[in-house]
Amino acid sequence: MRKFYTLLSREVRSYFYSPIAYVVLLFFLFISGADFYFQLSYMNGKPVPYSVEEAFFNSVFFWFAFVLIFPLITMRLFAEEFKLGTIEPLMTAPVRDWQVVLAKFFGALVFYLILWLPTLIYFWVFQSVTHQPAAGSRGAYFGAYLMLLLLGMFYLSIGCLASALTKNQIVAAVISFCVITLHFFSGLISFMMSEVSSSTRQLLGYFSAIEQMGTLSRGEIDTRPMVLYVTMTIVMLTLTYHAFQSRKWRL
Amino acid sequence: MIKVENLTKRYAGQAAIQDLNFEVGKGEIMGFLGPNGAGKSTTMRILSSFMPPTSGRASIAGFDIFEQSLQARAHLGYMPENVPLYNDMRVTEYLNYRAALKGVPSRRVAERVGDVKELCGLKEVERKIIGALSKGYRQRVGLADALVHEPDLLILDEPTSGLDPNQIRQVRDLIKNLGKQHTILLSTHILPEVEMTCSRVIIINRGRIEACDTPENLLGQIRTAGGVVVEAKIGNDDGAEELKKIAGVRDVTASTDGDWQVFALRVEANTDVREEVYRLASERHWTLRELSQRRATLEDVFVEITHPDQV
Repeated sequence: MRKFYTLLSREVRSYFYSPIAYVVLLFFLFISGADFYFQLSYMNGKPVPYSVEEAFFNSVFFWFAFVLIFPLITMRLFAEEFKLGTIEPLMTAPVRDWQVVLAKFFGALVFYLILWLPTLIYFWVFQSVTHQPAAGSRGAYFGAYLMLLLLGMFYLSIGCLASALTKNQIVAAVISFCVITLHFFSGLISFMMSEVSSSTRQLLGYFSAIEQMGTLSRGEIDTRPMVLYVTMTIVMLTLTYHAFQSRKWRL
Repeated sequence: MIKVENLTKRYAGQAAIQDLNFEVGKGEIMGFLGPNGAGKSTTMRILSSFMPPTSGRASIAGFDIFEQSLQARAHLGYMPENVPLYNDMRVTEYLNYRAALKGVPSRRVAERVGDVKELCGLKEVERKIIGALSKGYRQRVGLADALVHEPDLLILDEPTSGLDPNQIRQVRDLIKNLGKQHTILLSTHILPEVEMTCSRVIIINRGRIEACDTPENLLGQIRTAGGVVVEAKIGNDDGAEELKKIAGVRDVTASTDGDWQVFALRVEANTDVREEVYRLASERHWTLRELSQRRATLEDVFVEITHPDQV
Protein backbone atom coordinates (compact mmCIF):
# COMPACT_ATOMS: atom_id res chain seq x y z
CA MET A 1 0.00 0.00 0.00
CA ARG A 2 2.86 2.36 0.77
CA LYS A 3 4.37 1.71 -2.64
CA PHE A 4 1.04 2.46 -4.29
CA TYR A 5 0.77 5.67 -2.33
CA THR A 6 4.35 6.63 -3.24
CA LEU A 7 3.62 6.05 -6.93
CA LEU A 8 0.30 7.88 -6.71
CA SER A 9 1.78 10.94 -5.06
CA ARG A 10 4.48 11.14 -7.72
CA GLU A 11 1.88 10.86 -10.45
CA VAL A 12 -0.22 13.67 -9.02
CA ARG A 13 2.78 15.89 -8.40
CA SER A 14 4.19 15.20 -11.86
CA TYR A 15 1.18 16.98 -13.37
CA PHE A 16 2.20 20.14 -11.61
CA TYR A 17 5.85 19.83 -12.65
CA SER A 18 4.91 20.12 -16.29
CA PRO A 19 3.32 23.10 -18.02
CA ILE A 20 0.54 20.82 -19.33
CA ALA A 21 -1.27 20.97 -16.00
CA TYR A 22 -1.42 24.74 -15.98
CA VAL A 23 -2.41 24.97 -19.64
CA VAL A 24 -5.21 22.44 -19.12
CA LEU A 25 -6.35 24.13 -15.91
CA LEU A 26 -6.43 27.53 -17.58
CA PHE A 27 -8.16 26.27 -20.71
CA PHE A 28 -10.72 24.45 -18.66
CA LEU A 29 -11.34 27.36 -16.33
CA PHE A 30 -11.83 29.64 -19.33
CA ILE A 31 -14.28 27.33 -21.14
CA SER A 32 -16.28 26.45 -18.05
CA GLY A 33 -16.38 30.11 -16.99
CA ALA A 34 -17.58 31.12 -20.46
CA ASP A 35 -20.13 28.32 -20.36
CA PHE A 36 -21.51 29.52 -17.05
CA TYR A 37 -21.57 33.13 -18.17
CA PHE A 38 -23.35 32.48 -21.47
CA GLN A 39 -25.88 30.12 -19.95
CA LEU A 40 -26.73 32.74 -17.33
CA SER A 41 -27.02 35.56 -19.87
CA TYR A 42 -29.29 33.42 -22.03
CA MET A 43 -31.54 32.50 -19.15
CA ASN A 44 -31.65 36.00 -17.68
CA GLY A 45 -35.19 37.37 -17.62
CA LYS A 46 -36.70 34.44 -19.47
CA PRO A 47 -38.80 31.63 -18.10
CA VAL A 48 -36.91 28.38 -18.78
CA PRO A 49 -37.85 24.82 -17.85
CA TYR A 50 -34.42 23.95 -16.43
CA SER A 51 -32.07 25.14 -13.70
CA VAL A 52 -28.73 26.97 -14.01
CA GLU A 53 -26.93 23.82 -12.94
CA GLU A 54 -28.66 21.74 -15.62
CA ALA A 55 -27.89 24.33 -18.26
CA PHE A 56 -24.23 24.39 -17.24
CA PHE A 57 -23.71 20.65 -17.49
CA ASN A 58 -25.69 20.11 -20.68
CA SER A 59 -24.36 22.79 -22.99
CA VAL A 60 -22.21 22.44 -26.11
CA PHE A 61 -19.46 24.40 -24.37
CA PHE A 62 -19.32 21.90 -21.56
CA TRP A 63 -19.12 18.86 -23.80
CA PHE A 64 -16.57 20.50 -26.08
CA ALA A 65 -14.19 21.11 -23.17
CA PHE A 66 -15.04 17.77 -21.67
CA VAL A 67 -13.93 15.48 -24.50
CA LEU A 68 -10.77 17.54 -25.08
CA ILE A 69 -9.28 17.30 -21.61
CA PHE A 70 -8.92 13.52 -21.42
CA PRO A 71 -6.29 13.07 -24.12
CA LEU A 72 -4.37 15.98 -22.58
CA ILE A 73 -4.46 14.49 -19.11
CA THR A 74 -3.63 10.90 -20.05
CA MET A 75 -1.36 11.02 -23.11
CA ARG A 76 1.89 11.19 -21.17
CA LEU A 77 1.09 8.61 -18.49
CA PHE A 78 2.86 5.60 -19.98
CA ALA A 79 4.09 6.99 -23.31
CA GLU A 80 6.48 9.39 -21.63
CA GLU A 81 7.97 6.67 -19.44
CA PHE A 82 8.54 4.50 -22.51
CA LYS A 83 10.06 7.38 -24.44
CA LEU A 84 12.40 8.62 -21.70
CA GLY A 85 13.31 5.09 -20.66
CA THR A 86 12.31 5.84 -17.05
CA ILE A 87 10.17 2.73 -17.29
CA GLU A 88 13.42 0.81 -16.74
CA PRO A 89 14.27 2.12 -13.26
CA LEU A 90 10.56 2.07 -12.43
CA MET A 91 9.95 -1.57 -13.30
CA THR A 92 13.24 -2.82 -11.89
CA ALA A 93 12.20 -1.45 -8.50
CA PRO A 94 10.21 -3.95 -6.45
CA VAL A 95 6.77 -2.79 -7.61
CA ARG A 96 4.03 -4.76 -9.31
CA ASP A 97 2.64 -3.89 -12.71
CA TRP A 98 -0.88 -3.41 -11.40
CA GLN A 99 0.37 -0.99 -8.77
CA VAL A 100 1.85 1.16 -11.50
CA VAL A 101 -1.27 0.98 -13.68
CA LEU A 102 -3.61 1.85 -10.81
CA ALA A 103 -1.33 4.62 -9.54
CA LYS A 104 -1.30 6.22 -12.97
CA PHE A 105 -5.06 5.91 -13.34
CA PHE A 106 -5.84 7.31 -9.91
CA GLY A 107 -3.22 10.02 -10.34
CA ALA A 108 -5.03 11.14 -13.49
CA LEU A 109 -8.35 10.89 -11.66
CA VAL A 110 -7.12 13.12 -8.83
CA PHE A 111 -5.94 15.73 -11.30
CA TYR A 112 -9.25 15.49 -13.16
CA LEU A 113 -11.17 16.08 -9.95
CA ILE A 114 -8.98 19.07 -9.16
CA LEU A 115 -10.05 20.52 -12.52
CA TRP A 116 -13.67 20.45 -11.40
CA LEU A 117 -13.16 22.09 -8.02
CA PRO A 118 -13.49 25.68 -9.28
CA THR A 119 -16.90 24.94 -10.80
CA LEU A 120 -18.29 24.47 -7.31
CA ILE A 121 -17.49 28.11 -6.70
CA TYR A 122 -19.64 29.17 -9.66
CA PHE A 123 -22.76 27.73 -8.06
CA TRP A 124 -21.87 29.06 -4.66
CA VAL A 125 -21.31 32.57 -6.06
CA PHE A 126 -24.56 32.40 -8.03
CA GLN A 127 -26.51 31.39 -4.98
CA SER A 128 -24.97 33.99 -2.69
CA VAL A 129 -25.40 36.81 -5.24
CA THR A 130 -28.92 36.05 -6.49
CA HIS A 131 -30.31 34.26 -3.45
CA GLN A 132 -31.79 31.82 -5.94
CA PRO A 133 -30.95 28.12 -5.93
CA ALA A 134 -28.74 27.16 -8.90
CA ALA A 135 -30.17 23.70 -9.05
CA GLY A 136 -33.57 22.14 -8.56
CA SER A 137 -32.36 20.14 -5.58
CA ARG A 138 -29.26 19.01 -3.74
CA GLY A 139 -29.56 15.70 -5.50
CA ALA A 140 -29.07 17.49 -8.82
CA TYR A 141 -25.58 18.59 -7.76
CA PHE A 142 -24.85 15.13 -6.54
CA GLY A 143 -26.12 13.56 -9.76
CA ALA A 144 -24.16 15.90 -12.02
CA TYR A 145 -20.88 15.46 -10.17
CA LEU A 146 -21.46 11.73 -9.90
CA MET A 147 -21.85 11.62 -13.67
CA LEU A 148 -18.65 13.64 -14.06
CA LEU A 149 -16.85 11.12 -11.89
CA LEU A 150 -18.27 8.07 -13.68
CA LEU A 151 -17.73 9.31 -17.21
CA GLY A 152 -14.37 10.74 -16.18
CA MET A 153 -13.24 7.36 -14.89
CA PHE A 154 -14.27 5.67 -18.11
CA TYR A 155 -12.62 8.23 -20.40
CA LEU A 156 -9.46 8.35 -18.29
CA SER A 157 -9.17 4.57 -18.46
CA ILE A 158 -9.45 4.80 -22.27
CA GLY A 159 -6.66 7.38 -22.16
CA CYS A 160 -4.54 5.07 -19.97
CA LEU A 161 -4.93 2.26 -22.46
CA ALA A 162 -4.03 4.48 -25.41
CA SER A 163 -0.94 5.73 -23.60
CA ALA A 164 0.17 2.21 -22.69
CA LEU A 165 0.04 1.21 -26.35
CA THR A 166 2.66 3.61 -27.67
CA LYS A 167 5.72 5.59 -26.75
CA ASN A 168 4.52 8.56 -28.75
CA GLN A 169 2.36 10.96 -26.74
CA ILE A 170 0.73 12.44 -29.84
CA VAL A 171 -0.32 9.00 -31.04
CA ALA A 172 -1.71 8.25 -27.58
CA ALA A 173 -3.65 11.53 -27.58
CA VAL A 174 -5.09 10.90 -31.07
CA ILE A 175 -6.18 7.34 -30.20
CA SER A 176 -7.90 8.33 -26.99
CA PHE A 177 -9.46 11.41 -28.60
CA CYS A 178 -10.92 9.29 -31.43
CA VAL A 179 -12.32 6.61 -29.13
CA ILE A 180 -13.77 9.11 -26.67
CA THR A 181 -15.33 11.23 -29.42
CA LEU A 182 -16.75 8.11 -31.05
CA HIS A 183 -18.37 7.03 -27.81
CA PHE A 184 -19.62 10.51 -27.18
CA PHE A 185 -21.13 10.92 -30.66
CA SER A 186 -22.77 7.51 -30.57
CA GLY A 187 -25.07 9.16 -28.06
CA LEU A 188 -25.97 11.79 -30.62
CA ILE A 189 -27.05 9.31 -33.29
CA SER A 190 -30.57 9.16 -31.94
CA PHE A 191 -30.81 12.94 -32.39
CA MET A 192 -29.24 12.99 -35.82
CA MET A 193 -31.04 10.13 -37.50
CA SER A 194 -34.78 10.48 -37.60
CA GLU A 195 -35.43 7.27 -39.53
CA VAL A 196 -34.00 4.88 -36.90
CA SER A 197 -36.57 2.76 -35.13
CA SER A 198 -37.58 3.65 -31.63
CA SER A 199 -36.06 0.47 -30.18
CA THR A 200 -32.65 1.25 -31.73
CA ARG A 201 -32.98 4.75 -30.43
CA GLN A 202 -33.77 3.45 -26.98
CA LEU A 203 -30.82 1.09 -27.07
CA LEU A 204 -28.39 3.83 -28.07
CA GLY A 205 -29.93 6.00 -25.40
CA TYR A 206 -28.64 3.64 -22.74
CA PHE A 207 -25.08 4.41 -23.86
CA SER A 208 -25.59 8.09 -24.51
CA ALA A 209 -23.52 10.20 -22.15
CA ILE A 210 -25.61 13.23 -23.08
CA GLU A 211 -28.88 11.61 -22.09
CA GLN A 212 -27.38 10.21 -18.89
CA MET A 213 -26.05 13.61 -17.94
CA GLY A 214 -29.48 15.07 -18.63
CA THR A 215 -31.06 12.58 -16.26
CA LEU A 216 -28.51 12.74 -13.48
CA SER A 217 -28.15 16.54 -13.48
CA ARG A 218 -31.91 16.77 -12.92
CA GLY A 219 -31.30 14.84 -9.73
CA GLU A 220 -32.62 11.50 -10.88
CA ILE A 221 -29.96 9.11 -9.64
CA ASP A 222 -30.01 6.31 -12.17
CA THR A 223 -27.92 3.25 -11.27
CA ARG A 224 -27.59 1.99 -14.86
CA PRO A 225 -24.84 4.43 -15.90
CA MET A 226 -23.05 3.69 -12.64
CA VAL A 227 -22.89 0.00 -13.43
CA LEU A 228 -22.03 0.68 -17.07
CA TYR A 229 -19.13 3.05 -16.43
CA VAL A 230 -17.66 1.27 -13.43
CA THR A 231 -17.66 -1.98 -15.42
CA MET A 232 -16.21 -0.33 -18.51
CA THR A 233 -13.50 1.33 -16.43
CA ILE A 234 -12.51 -2.02 -14.96
CA VAL A 235 -12.44 -3.55 -18.44
CA MET A 236 -10.28 -0.73 -19.80
CA LEU A 237 -7.87 -0.89 -16.86
CA THR A 238 -7.55 -4.64 -17.28
CA LEU A 239 -6.72 -4.09 -20.94
CA THR A 240 -4.24 -1.40 -19.91
CA TYR A 241 -2.61 -3.81 -17.50
CA HIS A 242 -2.18 -6.37 -20.27
CA ALA A 243 -0.97 -3.77 -22.76
CA PHE A 244 1.54 -2.59 -20.16
CA GLN A 245 2.75 -6.13 -19.54
CA SER A 246 3.08 -6.79 -23.25
CA ARG A 247 6.12 -4.48 -23.31
CA LYS A 248 8.12 -7.38 -21.88
CA TRP A 249 7.40 -9.50 -24.92
CA ARG A 250 7.66 -6.74 -27.49
CA LEU A 251 11.05 -5.44 -26.40
CA MET B 1 24.80 -13.99 -5.48
CA ILE B 2 23.99 -14.25 -9.17
CA LYS B 3 23.46 -17.60 -10.79
CA VAL B 4 22.76 -17.82 -14.50
CA GLU B 5 21.89 -21.07 -16.27
CA ASN B 6 21.47 -21.49 -20.02
CA LEU B 7 20.11 -18.00 -20.38
CA THR B 8 18.92 -17.25 -23.91
CA LYS B 9 17.12 -14.25 -25.33
CA ARG B 10 15.88 -14.00 -28.89
CA TYR B 11 14.52 -10.92 -30.60
CA ALA B 12 12.39 -11.81 -33.60
CA GLY B 13 14.24 -15.11 -34.02
CA GLN B 14 17.70 -13.55 -33.67
CA ALA B 15 19.58 -14.59 -30.58
CA ALA B 16 20.87 -11.63 -28.57
CA ILE B 17 22.38 -13.96 -26.00
CA GLN B 18 22.77 -17.71 -26.19
CA ASP B 19 23.15 -20.24 -23.39
CA LEU B 20 24.89 -17.99 -20.92
CA ASN B 21 26.15 -19.74 -17.82
CA PHE B 22 27.97 -17.97 -15.05
CA GLU B 23 27.98 -17.30 -11.35
CA VAL B 24 28.98 -14.28 -9.37
CA GLY B 25 29.92 -14.93 -5.78
CA LYS B 26 29.31 -12.68 -2.79
CA GLY B 27 31.72 -9.77 -2.63
CA GLU B 28 33.01 -10.13 -6.16
CA ILE B 29 33.31 -7.29 -8.63
CA MET B 30 32.54 -8.88 -11.94
CA GLY B 31 33.35 -7.03 -15.12
CA PHE B 32 31.19 -7.64 -18.13
CA LEU B 33 33.09 -6.91 -21.31
CA GLY B 34 32.12 -7.01 -24.93
CA PRO B 35 31.78 -4.94 -28.07
CA ASN B 36 28.60 -2.97 -28.71
CA GLY B 37 25.68 -5.28 -29.39
CA ALA B 38 27.33 -8.27 -27.77
CA GLY B 39 24.44 -8.77 -25.37
CA LYS B 40 25.70 -7.03 -22.23
CA SER B 41 22.68 -4.79 -21.72
CA THR B 42 20.29 -7.60 -22.63
CA THR B 43 21.80 -9.82 -19.95
CA MET B 44 21.64 -7.05 -17.37
CA ARG B 45 18.06 -6.20 -18.25
CA ILE B 46 17.08 -9.83 -17.81
CA LEU B 47 18.87 -10.05 -14.48
CA SER B 48 17.11 -6.93 -13.27
CA SER B 49 13.71 -8.47 -14.21
CA PHE B 50 13.08 -5.76 -16.78
CA MET B 51 12.52 -8.30 -19.51
CA PRO B 52 12.04 -12.03 -19.41
CA PRO B 53 14.50 -14.44 -21.02
CA THR B 54 13.37 -16.64 -23.92
CA SER B 55 14.69 -19.66 -22.06
CA GLY B 56 16.99 -20.52 -19.19
CA ARG B 57 16.98 -19.48 -15.57
CA ALA B 58 18.67 -16.94 -13.38
CA SER B 59 18.52 -16.15 -9.70
CA ILE B 60 19.63 -13.29 -7.51
CA ALA B 61 20.42 -13.90 -3.85
CA GLY B 62 18.63 -17.22 -4.18
CA PHE B 63 15.44 -15.73 -5.65
CA ASP B 64 14.40 -16.75 -9.13
CA ILE B 65 14.19 -13.58 -11.25
CA PHE B 66 10.99 -14.75 -12.89
CA GLU B 67 9.06 -16.53 -10.18
CA GLN B 68 10.20 -14.44 -7.22
CA SER B 69 10.83 -11.29 -9.16
CA LEU B 70 9.79 -8.91 -6.41
CA GLN B 71 12.17 -10.38 -3.82
CA ALA B 72 14.95 -10.56 -6.40
CA ARG B 73 14.41 -6.91 -7.29
CA ALA B 74 14.43 -5.92 -3.62
CA HIS B 75 17.99 -7.29 -3.34
CA LEU B 76 19.19 -5.49 -6.40
CA GLY B 77 20.37 -1.98 -7.23
CA TYR B 78 20.27 -1.48 -10.95
CA MET B 79 21.61 1.43 -12.94
CA PRO B 80 20.47 1.26 -16.56
CA GLU B 81 22.56 2.42 -19.49
CA ASN B 82 22.25 6.19 -20.13
CA VAL B 83 20.58 6.58 -16.71
CA PRO B 84 16.99 7.51 -17.50
CA LEU B 85 15.66 9.86 -14.79
CA TYR B 86 12.59 12.02 -14.28
CA ASN B 87 13.91 15.33 -15.55
CA ASP B 88 11.33 17.41 -13.74
CA MET B 89 12.13 16.26 -10.20
CA ARG B 90 14.74 17.61 -7.83
CA VAL B 91 17.63 15.39 -6.77
CA THR B 92 16.61 14.91 -3.13
CA GLU B 93 12.97 14.56 -4.05
CA TYR B 94 13.80 11.88 -6.61
CA LEU B 95 15.95 9.93 -4.19
CA ASN B 96 13.28 10.14 -1.49
CA TYR B 97 10.75 8.82 -3.97
CA ARG B 98 13.02 5.98 -5.07
CA ALA B 99 13.84 5.05 -1.47
CA ALA B 100 10.16 4.81 -0.56
CA LEU B 101 9.44 2.85 -3.72
CA LYS B 102 12.17 0.37 -2.89
CA GLY B 103 10.77 -0.19 0.58
CA VAL B 104 13.21 1.76 2.76
CA PRO B 105 11.29 2.28 6.04
CA SER B 106 9.90 5.84 6.31
CA ARG B 107 11.97 6.72 9.36
CA ARG B 108 15.17 5.71 7.57
CA VAL B 109 14.54 7.43 4.25
CA ALA B 110 16.10 10.76 5.21
CA GLU B 111 19.16 9.03 6.68
CA ARG B 112 19.69 6.75 3.67
CA VAL B 113 19.17 9.52 1.13
CA GLY B 114 21.61 11.70 3.08
CA ASP B 115 24.16 8.88 3.09
CA VAL B 116 24.01 8.19 -0.64
CA LYS B 117 24.13 11.89 -1.47
CA GLU B 118 27.27 12.13 0.62
CA LEU B 119 28.76 9.00 -0.92
CA CYS B 120 28.06 10.01 -4.50
CA GLY B 121 29.02 13.66 -4.07
CA LEU B 122 25.55 15.04 -4.71
CA LYS B 123 25.41 17.44 -1.76
CA GLU B 124 26.04 20.55 -3.87
CA VAL B 125 23.28 19.74 -6.38
CA GLU B 126 20.70 18.24 -4.01
CA ARG B 127 18.17 21.00 -4.65
CA LYS B 128 18.67 21.15 -8.41
CA ILE B 129 16.23 19.90 -11.00
CA ILE B 130 17.56 16.71 -12.53
CA GLY B 131 16.95 17.95 -16.07
CA ALA B 132 19.49 20.73 -15.45
CA LEU B 133 22.29 18.42 -14.28
CA SER B 134 25.38 17.56 -16.30
CA LYS B 135 25.95 14.04 -17.55
CA GLY B 136 28.37 13.31 -14.71
CA TYR B 137 25.90 14.33 -12.04
CA ARG B 138 23.08 12.39 -13.70
CA GLN B 139 25.30 9.33 -13.58
CA ARG B 140 25.86 9.91 -9.88
CA VAL B 141 22.15 10.32 -9.24
CA GLY B 142 21.64 6.98 -10.99
CA LEU B 143 24.28 5.40 -8.80
CA ALA B 144 22.81 6.95 -5.64
CA ASP B 145 19.43 5.56 -6.68
CA ALA B 146 20.91 2.10 -7.16
CA LEU B 147 22.45 2.28 -3.67
CA VAL B 148 19.70 3.90 -1.67
CA HIS B 149 18.04 0.71 -0.40
CA GLU B 150 21.36 -0.92 0.58
CA PRO B 151 21.11 -3.76 -1.94
CA ASP B 152 23.36 -6.80 -1.70
CA LEU B 153 23.99 -6.66 -5.41
CA LEU B 154 24.66 -3.79 -7.78
CA ILE B 155 24.20 -4.13 -11.51
CA LEU B 156 25.71 -1.17 -13.32
CA ASP B 157 25.33 -0.87 -17.08
CA GLU B 158 28.19 1.26 -18.39
CA PRO B 159 28.55 3.40 -15.27
CA THR B 160 31.31 5.53 -16.79
CA SER B 161 30.08 6.05 -20.34
CA GLY B 162 30.05 9.67 -21.39
CA LEU B 163 32.11 10.91 -18.46
CA ASP B 164 35.33 12.90 -18.63
CA PRO B 165 38.58 11.33 -17.36
CA ASN B 166 38.33 12.93 -13.92
CA GLN B 167 34.78 11.79 -13.46
CA ILE B 168 35.70 8.32 -14.66
CA ARG B 169 38.38 8.18 -12.00
CA GLN B 170 35.93 9.32 -9.31
CA VAL B 171 33.32 6.76 -10.33
CA ARG B 172 35.95 4.04 -10.51
CA ASP B 173 37.16 4.82 -6.98
CA LEU B 174 33.58 4.86 -5.81
CA ILE B 175 32.92 1.44 -7.34
CA LYS B 176 36.08 0.07 -5.81
CA ASN B 177 34.93 1.26 -2.40
CA LEU B 178 31.46 -0.12 -2.91
CA GLY B 179 32.99 -3.46 -3.75
CA LYS B 180 33.97 -3.82 -0.11
CA GLN B 181 30.33 -4.22 0.94
CA HIS B 182 28.45 -5.07 -2.23
CA THR B 183 28.61 -7.63 -4.97
CA ILE B 184 28.90 -5.76 -8.25
CA LEU B 185 28.28 -6.70 -11.85
CA LEU B 186 29.34 -3.91 -14.16
CA SER B 187 29.56 -3.64 -17.90
CA THR B 188 31.90 -1.38 -19.74
CA HIS B 189 34.06 -1.14 -22.78
CA ILE B 190 36.72 0.90 -21.06
CA LEU B 191 39.30 -1.78 -20.45
CA PRO B 192 41.77 -0.21 -18.02
CA GLU B 193 38.78 0.30 -15.75
CA VAL B 194 38.13 -3.42 -15.60
CA GLU B 195 41.77 -4.24 -14.95
CA MET B 196 41.80 -1.79 -12.08
CA THR B 197 38.49 -2.59 -10.43
CA CYS B 198 37.30 -6.08 -11.22
CA SER B 199 38.15 -9.31 -9.52
CA ARG B 200 36.79 -11.34 -12.41
CA VAL B 201 35.95 -10.66 -16.02
CA ILE B 202 33.46 -12.13 -18.44
CA ILE B 203 34.10 -11.43 -22.09
CA ILE B 204 31.00 -11.78 -24.17
CA ASN B 205 30.83 -11.61 -27.94
CA ARG B 206 27.85 -12.13 -30.26
CA GLY B 207 25.74 -13.36 -27.37
CA ARG B 208 28.17 -16.00 -26.13
CA ILE B 209 30.64 -16.06 -23.26
CA GLU B 210 34.10 -16.25 -24.77
CA ALA B 211 36.10 -16.09 -21.58
CA CYS B 212 35.52 -15.88 -17.85
CA ASP B 213 38.46 -15.53 -15.51
CA THR B 214 40.51 -13.16 -13.39
CA PRO B 215 42.19 -10.37 -15.37
CA GLU B 216 45.63 -11.85 -14.55
CA ASN B 217 44.75 -15.30 -15.86
CA LEU B 218 43.22 -13.84 -19.00
CA LEU B 219 46.44 -11.97 -19.68
CA GLY B 220 48.40 -15.18 -19.24
CA GLN B 221 46.22 -17.04 -21.70
CA ILE B 222 46.58 -14.97 -24.77
CA ARG B 223 49.01 -15.84 -27.50
CA THR B 224 50.75 -12.48 -27.76
CA ALA B 225 51.50 -11.38 -24.27
CA GLY B 226 52.73 -7.88 -24.92
CA GLY B 227 56.13 -7.29 -26.46
CA VAL B 228 59.52 -5.70 -26.15
CA VAL B 229 60.70 -2.41 -27.59
CA VAL B 230 64.37 -2.07 -28.54
CA GLU B 231 66.01 1.14 -29.72
CA ALA B 232 69.61 0.86 -30.80
CA LYS B 233 72.37 2.06 -33.15
CA ILE B 234 73.36 -1.12 -34.93
CA GLY B 235 75.77 -0.08 -37.68
CA ASN B 236 75.41 -2.27 -40.77
CA ASP B 237 73.88 -5.32 -39.05
CA ASP B 238 70.47 -6.63 -40.05
CA GLY B 239 68.96 -6.07 -36.63
CA ALA B 240 65.57 -7.58 -37.39
CA GLU B 241 67.09 -10.87 -38.58
CA GLU B 242 69.37 -11.12 -35.55
CA LEU B 243 66.56 -10.40 -33.10
CA LYS B 244 64.29 -12.95 -34.69
CA LYS B 245 66.80 -15.67 -33.87
CA ILE B 246 66.25 -15.17 -30.16
CA ALA B 247 64.06 -17.94 -28.73
CA GLY B 248 60.58 -16.71 -27.82
CA VAL B 249 60.43 -13.88 -30.35
CA ARG B 250 57.52 -14.33 -32.70
CA ASP B 251 58.19 -11.50 -35.07
CA VAL B 252 59.89 -8.15 -35.35
CA THR B 253 58.86 -4.90 -36.95
CA ALA B 254 61.58 -2.35 -37.62
CA SER B 255 61.41 1.40 -38.09
CA THR B 256 63.86 4.28 -37.76
CA ASP B 257 64.01 7.35 -35.57
CA GLY B 258 66.83 9.49 -36.99
CA ASP B 259 70.06 7.46 -36.57
CA TRP B 260 68.31 5.06 -34.28
CA GLN B 261 66.65 1.82 -35.24
CA VAL B 262 63.45 0.98 -33.41
CA PHE B 263 62.35 -2.65 -33.17
CA ALA B 264 59.04 -3.81 -31.84
CA LEU B 265 59.24 -7.46 -30.81
CA ARG B 266 56.23 -9.61 -30.29
CA VAL B 267 57.01 -12.39 -27.90
CA GLU B 268 55.38 -15.53 -26.67
CA ALA B 269 53.38 -15.60 -23.49
CA ASN B 270 55.25 -15.64 -20.17
CA THR B 271 58.66 -15.15 -21.67
CA ASP B 272 61.10 -12.35 -21.00
CA VAL B 273 63.61 -11.91 -23.82
CA ARG B 274 65.23 -8.71 -22.57
CA GLU B 275 68.27 -10.45 -21.17
CA GLU B 276 68.89 -12.16 -24.50
CA VAL B 277 68.47 -8.91 -26.36
CA TYR B 278 70.99 -7.22 -24.09
CA ARG B 279 73.50 -10.06 -24.60
CA LEU B 280 73.07 -9.80 -28.37
CA ALA B 281 73.56 -6.05 -28.27
CA SER B 282 76.75 -6.25 -26.25
CA GLU B 283 78.18 -9.00 -28.48
CA ARG B 284 77.54 -6.89 -31.57
CA HIS B 285 78.54 -3.62 -29.90
CA TRP B 286 75.18 -2.02 -30.53
CA THR B 287 74.46 1.17 -28.61
CA LEU B 288 71.25 0.59 -26.68
CA ARG B 289 68.99 3.54 -25.89
CA GLU B 290 65.85 1.70 -24.86
CA LEU B 291 65.05 -1.84 -23.88
CA SER B 292 61.64 -2.14 -22.37
CA GLN B 293 58.84 -4.60 -22.02
CA ARG B 294 55.30 -3.64 -22.85
CA ARG B 295 52.90 -5.58 -20.71
CA ALA B 296 49.88 -7.08 -22.37
CA THR B 297 46.67 -5.36 -21.40
CA LEU B 298 43.14 -6.53 -21.32
CA GLU B 299 42.81 -4.63 -24.55
CA ASP B 300 44.97 -7.27 -26.21
CA VAL B 301 42.85 -9.99 -24.68
CA PHE B 302 39.70 -8.26 -25.77
CA VAL B 303 40.87 -7.71 -29.34
CA GLU B 304 42.18 -11.24 -29.62
CA ILE B 305 38.93 -12.75 -28.37
CA THR B 306 36.47 -10.53 -30.15
CA HIS B 307 38.36 -10.06 -33.44
CA PRO B 308 40.67 -13.05 -33.79
CA ASP B 309 41.41 -12.18 -37.43
CA GLN B 310 43.05 -8.87 -36.56
CA VAL B 311 45.72 -10.29 -34.28
